[in-house]
Amino acid sequence: MMRASSLTARVFAHPETIRSVTLEDWDLLIRQSRRALLLAQLDALIHDHGLADTVPEPARKHLDSARALAEQNERIVHWETNRILRALRGVAGPVVLLKGAAYTMLGLPAARGRLFSDVDILVPKDRIDAAERSLMEHGWMSMHHDAYDQRYYRQWMHELPPMRHVRRRTVLDVHHNILPETASLHPDPARLLEAARPIDGTGLYAPEPADMVLHSATHLFHDGELEHGLRDLVDLDSLLRHFGREEQFWSRLVERAEQLDLMRPLYYALRYTHRFLDSVVPKDVRLCVRSAAPMTAAGALMDALFDRGLSPHHPSCDSRATGIARWALYVRSHMLRMPPHLLVPHLVRKSIRRRKGATAE
Amino acid sequence: MKVSDWSYRDLAGAMAGDGVFLHLGPFVTHLRCAIPLVAEGVHALYADYRCERQAAFADFRVRLGPPRGVRRWYRSQVLFYFDDWPPFKPLPYNQAFAMFEWGMNWCITSHSQQHLMLHGAVVEKNGWGAMLPGPPGSGKSTLCAALVNRGWRLLSDELTVVRTDDLLLQPLPRPVSLKNRSIEIIAEFAPEAKIGTPARDTDKGTVAHMKPPPGCVEQADQLATPAWLVLPKYIGSAPPVLTPLAKGDALMQAVDNAFNYSVLGVRGFDAAAQLIDGCDCYRFSYSSLDDAMRVFAELADGSQ
Repeated sequence: MMRASSLTARVFAHPETIRSVTLEDWDLLIRQSRRALLLAQLDALIHDHGLADTVPEPARKHLDSARALAEQNERIVHWETNRILRALRGVAGPVVLLKGAAYTMLGLPAARGRLFSDVDILVPKDRIDAAERSLMEHGWMSMHHDAYDQRYYRQWMHELPPMRHVRRRTVLDVHHNILPETASLHPDPARLLEAARPIDGTGLYAPEPADMVLHSATHLFHDGELEHGLRDLVDLDSLLRHFGREEQFWSRLVERAEQLDLMRPLYYALRYTHRFLDSVVPKDVRLCVRSAAPMTAAGALMDALFDRGLSPHHPSCDSRATGIARWALYVRSHMLRMPPHLLVPHLVRKSIRRRKGATAE
Repeated sequence: MKVSDWSYRDLAGAMAGDGVFLHLGPFVTHLRCAIPLVAEGVHALYADYRCERQAAFADFRVRLGPPRGVRRWYRSQVLFYFDDWPPFKPLPYNQAFAMFEWGMNWCITSHSQQHLMLHGAVVEKNGWGAMLPGPPGSGKSTLCAALVNRGWRLLSDELTVVRTDDLLLQPLPRPVSLKNRSIEIIAEFAPEAKIGTPARDTDKGTVAHMKPPPGCVEQADQLATPAWLVLPKYIGSAPPVLTPLAKGDALMQAVDNAFNYSVLGVRGFDAAAQLIDGCDCYRFSYSSLDDAMRVFAELADGSQ
């Protein structure tokens, strides 16, 4: 049963309903989708379903503009991954693309109209220093110069501090795992790297399909901030619909979730893609992951939080409890990243710095 | 209903309440703002634009208001919100109308990426468009303001929009932004021009906006065919000199002044190249606006 009520989520769940969207609602649909970074994906969805002639004239220009930006994004990803590969050839073993960059280079439906803020790659931990040096030689510089930030990333996180290319200004995240060292779940990155598959004709690698789904789920439900939660959920839905056409995929998904200690994120992914986007998950798979569900009371609370947190961060989707829900999810994501004895000093430091920043302005 | 059909009281009241829908060429802006400076600016400079209390669809939801906290009262500031989100840092309160104008420029450029957009003025005569690209300080706004007071139609003083499918110029007539000495120069050159309250000490110095002539607002749906690309340069006491510009140089100038050349990729190159192919391209240095008017009149006559 679908609960989520943003217009954007409804249209992504059932694209043909766009036929009955009034001009007033188009206004809202565009605003919600833009805020959720889904405007160009909405355009792709409409085209893929042969619904382009249902778009009213005033709305069309916004979709056209969003599409132009998404096409540029796609070109940038092709070029950036080419440059990254060149910088890391012979240095870091196979370069495994993560998330959006992988979807784009694999030509998956999930990449159509998707916007990026950065490229994410995964390299073996014992090669990460060499990779960083080589990237620096090729023009990528660390974006955090503060000693505390550097230590925070290098000691506790699963990635280097983000790097930015000095000339192209593009941002690269170099990961050695998909969750922080300090997190409560412990997926083994060696297994992800082992199962990675070459992307035809590029020299690059992507995680195997089940791992891509699990990484997306882990990022959304155990790591990331939820500002673009609905977009991430649309990613998951698209991956599931695409890979789920093959029957073996589903058993492999459950098997990999067990091997990688990621059953809980998989449970959430299946629950909320269904709840928001009406994704279809085979019944036996749903029964399998149910063992990873939180207890009933906690589950009801998570529903209440995620129903709010995963909606577009747009005033039209906000209720009185939205602010509290987002705050609770923010705290939760940090608690999952770090144990309290590390987390509390970290958050105190962050909030002091934010206050200093605010008064300096 | 046009803005001029509203009394100032009604307009300011509606803007402070549920907001008004202002029709700016192809775009409808929903504007909410309780700041008198903005209501006065809109009432005076947007007099010929359509303005309604209701519309089914708005392209941009815009609000200007004070930030939270002490800066509401102490050295008060103003923030520009696009759909409840502030894309810019606050500015001093007395720059509220200028901020509305700059914010609208941002709204339009950020959401028109399918077109090739050049930073520059564009005017039209007999259906033919003259593009005046150039960085700030090149005198393009002054020249543009002068031309539109001498029978050229204003398409835009800031933003040349070239449609990539048919290479026609999309008009976006809005108040013309004048800076520093240009304000007096235009007031003197065209005493009939209506110029709004100047905002002082902005990042660009003193800024005032000139009301666009009514005709260009009424004809905002009439596209123009690009015919000339002219790179203006104001040089004190120089005679008016129009120098032909090689197509290759003109293309590089167009690209350098484009907002979104790289966004459009191949489509951007093709559009820019065809645009330049179809235009007569010149550098133009001048010191007197009267001279400049003569040179442009000759250009227009040559096209007939």
